[in-house]
Amino acid sequence: MDLSLTEDQLFMRDEANRFLAERASSETVRAAIASGGHDPTLWGSISRELGWCGIAIPEDDGGLGLGAFEMTLLLEETGRRLTPVPLWTTVSLSAPIIRALAADDARPGLLRRIASGDLAATVALPRPSASDPFEAIDFTARLDGSRWRLSGRCAAVFNLASADLVLIPARLTNGLGLFAIERGLISGIGALDTLDPTMPVASLSLHGITVEDDARIDRSEFEASAFAAPMLWARLGLAAEQVGAASGCLELTLAYIGERVQFGRSIASFQAVKHRCAELLVRIGEARSLLYGAAQSLSAGEEQAEAEIEGAGVLASEALWRAAEEAIQLHGGVGNTWEYDPHLYLRRAQVTANLFGSTETKLARIALNLPEAAA
Amino acid sequence: MSEQDLSAFRAEVADWMKAHLSGRFAVLVDRGHAGDGDALPDLRMEWERELAAGGWTCPAWPIEQGGRGLSISEQVAFQEEYARAGGPGRLGHIGEGLLGPTLIAFGTDAQKRRFLPPIREGRAFWCQGYSEPDAGSDLANIKTRARQDPETGDWLVTGQKVWTSLAHLSDWIFVVARCEEGSAGPKGLIFLLMPLDQKGIEIHPIRQIGGGSEFNSVFFDNARASADCVVGQPGDGWKVAMALLGFERGISTLGQQMGFARELDLIAALARENGAAESSAISNRIARAWIGLRAMRYMAMRMLADGADPQAKLESLGYKYQWSHWHRDLGKLGMDVLGFSGAAATDDPRTEKLRQLFFFTRADTVYGGTSEIQLNIIAERGLGMPKEPRGNAG
Ligand SMILES: Cc1cc2nc3c(=O)[nH]c(=O)nc-3n(C[C@H](O)[C@H](O)[C@H](O)COP(=O)(O)OP(=O)(O)OC[C@H]3O[C@@H](n4cnc5c(N)ncnc54)[C@H](O)[C@@H]3O)c2cc1C
Repeated sequence: MDLSLTEDQLFMRDEANRFLAERASSETVRAAIASGGHDPTLWGSISRELGWCGIAIPEDDGGLGLGAFEMTLLLEETGRRLTPVPLWTTVSLSAPIIRALAADDARPGLLRRIASGDLAATVALPRPSASDPFEAIDFTARLDGSRWRLSGRCAAVFNLASADLVLIPARLTNGLGLFAIERGLISGIGALDTLDPTMPVASLSLHGITVEDDARIDRSEFEASAFAAPMLWARLGLAAEQVGAASGCLELTLAYIGERVQFGRSIASFQAVKHRCAELLVRIGEARSLLYGAAQSLSAGEEQAEAEIEGAGVLASEALWRAAEEAIQLHGGVGNTWEYDPHLYLRRAQVTANLFGSTETKLARIALNLPEAAA
Repeated sequence: MSEQDLSAFRAEVADWMKAHLSGRFAVLVDRGHAGDGDALPDLRMEWERELAAGGWTCPAWPIEQGGRGLSISEQVAFQEEYARAGGPGRLGHIGEGLLGPTLIAFGTDAQKRRFLPPIREGRAFWCQGYSEPDAGSDLANIKTRARQDPETGDWLVTGQKVWTSLAHLSDWIFVVARCEEGSAGPKGLIFLLMPLDQKGIEIHPIRQIGGGSEFNSVFFDNARASADCVVGQPGDGWKVAMALLGFERGISTLGQQMGFARELDLIAALARENGAAESSAISNRIARAWIGLRAMRYMAMRMLADGADPQAKLESLGYKYQWSHWHRDLGKLGMDVLGFSGAAATDDPRTEKLRQLFFFTRADTVYGGTSEIQLNIIAERGLGMPKEPRGNAG
C-alpha cells in the first residue's frame, strides 16, 4: 500500500482547494444558508464543469474511474468550507448503492447521468443515526397493474431539496426493492430546521404515489444487509468531509488568533493556546492518516477495511468536534456570535457526530470483530 | 523492488529469525525492550553477534560501509519481521541507528574505518551522552566542559551527564560538551567519542519507577577523548548532535509499531480470558487502541512515502506525540484489564510484561523530547505560531 499522493492527486486536491477558496467563501456559504442551504450555481460548476460527481464512477459508465482515495481527497476539500452542495449524498451515498444494487438495464444510465453532472441524488435512510441505517424500513411498494404504488415515510433525508433523484428502499412481499424516483414527483417533503444549515435535511412521506415499472432498479429482491458494502463509501465520505471541516476550522482559528492582541502580545504566543492548536493538528493528522489508509484498504478489498472506516469515523468526528469547540473558545466573545464562522463548524460537528452510530456504537462494533493487531 | 521480491525478503527474515532465535537464545524472545532494557545482558550481546554473523546488523547502512543498503520498504519489512518474531531489544541500537549514520555523514575516513566495523560486528556498544542536570528540554544549556590538552591535542572532559541509557552495558559514549569558554546555547559545543572504561569516568546507576535501572549518571573528571575522536569541527557539535537526533526517527518506528501491536494483542487476549472484555468500557478502549494503532501505521507510511505532500510533512511533526500518548494509554489499559491481579507481583510473564509496560510507558512522553516540547515544535514549526520567550534564570 502506498500512501504518498501522486502528482495527479496533489494537483486535483490543490485545484479543488483553490477553486473552493474562491467559490465557497464564507460570504457565499452564508448566502446559500439564507436560501435553504444549497448553492445551485456552485453545484452546476462542480457537477457539470468540473465533473467531480464522476470521480469514483468507472470510465465505462462515463466517470473518471478513480477510487475511494480520490473521492476522500475531494470531499475533504468540500468539507473544509462546509460547501453547501449535495456532493457527499451523490458520490458517496447514492452512486455506490446504485453500483452495488441496480440491475444491468438501470445502472449504466443512472451512473452516466450522475457522472455527467445531470443528476444530484440522495437516499432515504430510515435510521440515519443507527449503525445499520436501513433497519426498520417503513416504505412499502406493491404492484398495481404494471405500476408500483409506494407508501411510507422517512424522517430525515439529507440534501433532499436539492436532489433530482431519490433512492428509496421499500418492502415488497418478501425482501426489499430499490426505487429511484424523480424528486419532482414527490409532494410530501418537509424541510427540517436542523442544527446545520449547510447540510439541509427534509422528511419524506409518500402516500400511495404510483410510479412506472422502471422506477424499481434493483436486480431482484434483497435483504437490508446488501446495503452494508456500498454504505462503507458513505461512511468514508462522511469522515472525509469531517476531516476537511476540522482542518478548515483550525485554519479559521489560527487566522483569528494570529491577529488578536492581548497583554501586549499576540494571543497565539501564549503556550496554552499554542499547545491546544498543536494538539488539534495531531488529532487531525491521526484522523487523516486513518482516513487515507481506510480508503486504500477499501479499494484494495482488504479485510480490515470495514473496521478502519468505522475507526476513521470515530477519529474524524472527534477531531471535528474538538476543532469546533476550541475554535469558539479561542475566539472568545466573537466566537459566540452568529457573525463569526466557528458555530457553523460546531453545528456540522454535532449533526454528523451521531450519523451511522455514536462513537460508542462504532467502537463497540469494532470491538465485536476486533482484527488482530499484529496480523 | 516488486511486491513478490519483498515478500520473499520478508520470508527470508522470518525464516532466519525462526532458525536462530531458538535454542539458547529462546529465552530472549520479547525480552530487553524498554523497561526491561537491562535484562540478560551477556546473552543479548551474544545475540548481537549472532545477528552480525547472519548479516542482520546495520542492514540499512550503505554497502560500502558494510551494510546491505536496504531500500526503505526492505528496512520496514526487516524491522517488522524482527519484531513479529519477538526479537529482543537491540543493545546495538544506538551504535547502529544513531552513531553509525552520523559517522557515515560527518565522520572522517579514519573514524569510519575505526568505529563502524565493531558496531556492525556486535563488538562495540554505544550510549548517548546528551542530557545533563541543567540541560534537559533545554539541551543547548550544556555545561560539561571540554578543554584541549595543548601537548597531545586530546580533549579533557569534566562534568556530568544524566539519564544515560545503558551506559553500564556500553563500551563507548558520545558526548556533547562545551569547548569554547564563555560560549552559550548551541554555539561553542563539540561532539566527542569517548571510551567509558577509563580513569576519569564513573557510572552510577539510577533506580527507575519500575524498579529497574536502565539509565545512569555518568561523571567525567578530566576524562580523555583523543584528538582524532572529534566528529565534525570543534564548535560545530550542535549541528552534529541535531543531525544524529534526525536519524532517530523514521524506519524503526514501523518495527516499534509491530511491538505495540503484539502488546495490544496480548492485552486483548487477556481481556477475553479474564472477562474484562465483557465490560463495554474496556472493550471500547481496546477498540480505540486498535484504531489508534492503525492511524499510527498509516501516518508512518505517509511519512516514509516522503512524497511532495506538504500536509504529510506537517502532520508528521505530531508523530512522536501521537505514538507516545497512545503507548502510555496502552500501559494503563493493560493494568486496568488485569484489575487487582496486576497490582500483585506474579511469576506469570504476561502479567510481568504489562506491569513493566505500565511503568515504562510513563517515560515515553518524556525522553526524546517531552510532549510539551513536541507541542511547542508543532505549533512553531508546523503552524507558524510565535516562539517561546527565553528567560534569564539558570
Ligand atoms: C527512560 C529515559 C531514557 C533516557 N535516555 C537518555 C539517554 O540515553 N541519553 C540522554 O542524553 N538523555 C536521555 N534521557 C533524557 C531525556 O531526553 C530528558 O529527560 C528529556 O529531554 C527531558 O529533560 P528533563 O528530564 O531535564 O526535564 P525538564 O526539561 O526539566 O522538563 C520537566 C517538565 O517541564 C516541561 N518543560 C520544559 N521546558 C518546557 C517548555 N519550554 N515549555 C513547556 N514545558 C516545558 C517538560 O515538558 C517536562 O514536563 C532519557 C530519559 C528517560 C526518561
